[in-house]
Amino acid sequence: MWVFEFFISLPVVVIALATIGFWGAKVRATAASQGDVRTLAALPKAHATNAFLSVIVPVLVTVFVLYLIRSIAQKQGIETLSFPVLYWTVLGVAALGCIGAIRQSTRSFRARTASERWIKFLLLCASSVAVLTTVGIVLSMIFETANFFRDYDWVDFFFSAEWAPNFRGDSALGILPLLWGTLYISVIALLIAVPVGLFAAIYLSEYAGPRMRGFAKPMIEVLAGIPTIVYGLFALMTVGPLLRDHFAQPLGLGDSASSVMTAGLVMGIMLVPFVSSLSDDAINAVPQSMRDGSFGLGATHSETIRQVVIPAALPGIVGAILLAASRAIGETMIVVLGAGAAARMSLNPFEAMTTITVKIVSQLTGDTDFASPETLVAFALGLTLFVLTLGLNVVALVVVRKFREQYE
Amino acid sequence: MSKVTPSLLVRDDRTKRRNAAERRFRFYGLGAIGIAALALVVLLTTVVSSGVGAFRQTYVTLEIALPEDKLDKTGTRDPDLMARVTTFGYAPLLRAALIRQLAELGITTDLSDKHIGEMISKEAVATVRNHVLANPELVGTTLTIDVLTEGRVDGYFKGRVTMESAALDGNTSPEALEIAQRLADLGVIKTRFNWRFLTAPDASDQRPEAAGLGVAILGSLYMMLVVLVLALPLGVAASIYLEEFAPKNRLSDFIEVNISNLAAVPSIVFGILGLAIFINFGGLRQSSPLVGGLVLTLMTLPTIIISTRAALKSVPPSIRDAALGVGASKVQSVFHHVLPLAAPGILTGTIIGLAQALGETAPLLLIGMVAFVREYPAPYSETAGLFGEAATALPVQVFNWTQRADPGFAERASGAIITLLVFLAIMNIAAVLLRRRFERRW
Repeated sequence: MWVFEFFISLPVVVIALATIGFWGAKVRATAASQGDVRTLAALPKAHATNAFLSVIVPVLVTVFVLYLIRSIAQKQGIETLSFPVLYWTVLGVAALGCIGAIRQSTRSFRARTASERWIKFLLLCASSVAVLTTVGIVLSMIFETANFFRDYDWVDFFFSAEWAPNFRGDSALGILPLLWGTLYISVIALLIAVPVGLFAAIYLSEYAGPRMRGFAKPMIEVLAGIPTIVYGLFALMTVGPLLRDHFAQPLGLGDSASSVMTAGLVMGIMLVPFVSSLSDDAINAVPQSMRDGSFGLGATHSETIRQVVIPAALPGIVGAILLAASRAIGETMIVVLGAGAAARMSLNPFEAMTTITVKIVSQLTGDTDFASPETLVAFALGLTLFVLTLGLNVVALVVVRKFREQYE
Repeated sequence: MSKVTPSLLVRDDRTKRRNAAERRFRFYGLGAIGIAALALVVLLTTVVSSGVGAFRQTYVTLEIALPEDKLDKTGTRDPDLMARVTTFGYAPLLRAALIRQLAELGITTDLSDKHIGEMISKEAVATVRNHVLANPELVGTTLTIDVLTEGRVDGYFKGRVTMESAALDGNTSPEALEIAQRLADLGVIKTRFNWRFLTAPDASDQRPEAAGLGVAILGSLYMMLVVLVLALPLGVAASIYLEEFAPKNRLSDFIEVNISNLAAVPSIVFGILGLAIFINFGGLRQSSPLVGGLVLTLMTLPTIIISTRAALKSVPPSIRDAALGVGASKVQSVFHHVLPLAAPGILTGTIIGLAQALGETAPLLLIGMVAFVREYPAPYSETAGLFGEAATALPVQVFNWTQRADPGFAERASGAIITLLVFLAIMNIAAVLLRRRFERRW
């Protein structure tokens, strides 16, 4: 019944009050005009809108705040706000808004400005959702991470080279093997994506004619639009067996289809469009006059690119690479399907290793018990991942902002 | 002293070297594009070639005798009483039908009755049972019905299973496949387009031949609805604020930095957020499309905001000035003039954001959408609320199927990928067409 009252009857009453306000304000404003709306400071329409918003906006804010308080209190085990209290508070706010707005509707009231103040407030709320999301991310992870470190020594977490979760307790939960796998795979992915992406960008922006560009640029963008689960399946079904049968087994390096190489290779393909489109922008931002100057001194096209264009575009390119690195570290599906689940620190790229993201997935899916360190470790891993990627993004931003040459 | 160039017509070593370097450099660039093109082609062809089989399915036409003494002992034709006969009561009937048909067609075999029965899918028994319970008057007659064959027989007609691999497989045998081939020659076994793949729910580990995407497509659809309803208004409102109204102060800067950071946060972190905030804190239901939609909304928001701001920016200031000049307020100029002119760009950005959300997998794993769901989720129910019933999503279903042992599921997973890519292609093409049709150059 709670659900019904809250989601059906309350909105109906609130909207009814808003409509009453709408008509009441309009009628009162029209009456105040004594037949000539030009004597009013705002049109009756604006009075009506203002009254409608005066009911709706405060109600939305109240509902949000009360719901938040109630949820937090419930987590602490306190029943602060019973349902009737909630219900009548919201109705009271709505009625107050309705009556207040109707009373305000006089001849000299600037209703358009007032109603626009409500609209601007709504717009501000919408844009602060982004801030709330960030706060939510940080809070959700910090609390559970704190819980985790109460049960598990942080020194062991950050500096132990053993990862062996055991759901009966007494697990070893060292992040180093996961970090190693993450970085190893990311490095392989970048070794593929950076040269390919960079050369593709150089060719497209410097050499390619409009036809080649018209064909190749969308093609690379298609690579960016393919969901990562598709790349993951590709790694699992095609690349993994191929590498095992033609490289790992003949070379005697192991016989696992899921390996660092598999995941790195496929992730490299996935990252090509990131590197290429961001580098493309950076290269295109280099003014033509610099190229012309270089040509005028007798440099060939490739010499111009290597010695003039690339250095000028370098901050943008470095930013692109850092962003690609941050994506590689946070990528999940390709490594879940392509890298394996064994926590291992080895140099052999044809061995299965695992990453931070894989372990977040495996610790948080299935039956989870939010009191055990084996589950809570996922939040510590998530926070580490968040900090790592955030750091890379910030560095990328700083590099681009600080070292970018302003031409023209 | 280096050699002086004798003539402009003869190239010296240095020029040759430089020209060679130039050619090499061009070749590297072309090679990079070639690698990208090759990767794309190989990726798509392998997925399509291994998944196209999922869209065809092998059926066997059985003439099943439905004896009254087995299926309706009371003789009342009351479906409730008949439901007491479980699938174990029906399985022998299907087996007997196939054995009798083999005898009538003159196909002799050393295969045991049990193994002949195993050529029919386990799902077929449930199909027949449901059919009989829905039509009780059929009891006592002979029912002619097309039912699914077992996964490996199906795989044989699609080339996934061969005589050699069958000899090594404990679940089938070359003899069984020979019978299947003879039945196919006689038209009893047919392969046709597999609508069930798009409509049926998931099936258990042993019956890949019955698994379909129905629940996953429905779940994805619900989530897209949630994302559209939430992300579009929120994203547009946020963009309008930042682009048109935000004063140059700390708060606006802070919001901007937040949005650009959110765009780069790994998707799995949003999954953690969904689990901790929406499920553990907010008390919403696990594996519900509502939670999935909320998480995807937060992920899509930056994309929509970035493209909406670009669309708003491209509307020339003269439009705003003209509106202000005839007495409109700032809000009126934005909502009456700028926003309609920016609408095509906003729409395009929204479609692209939705396409991104449709393919997202990792966060959905964490909020429990990997669960095995066979019931079609209703959009609203008394107990679960709006979009609260458990569902899966297209990309998660792919992941789910890759984790199963039976190789038949690999084909299903690739088939699901094809379905997903078709949806994505449609959305992206729609976005491109919209942009072409409505784009205005000022």
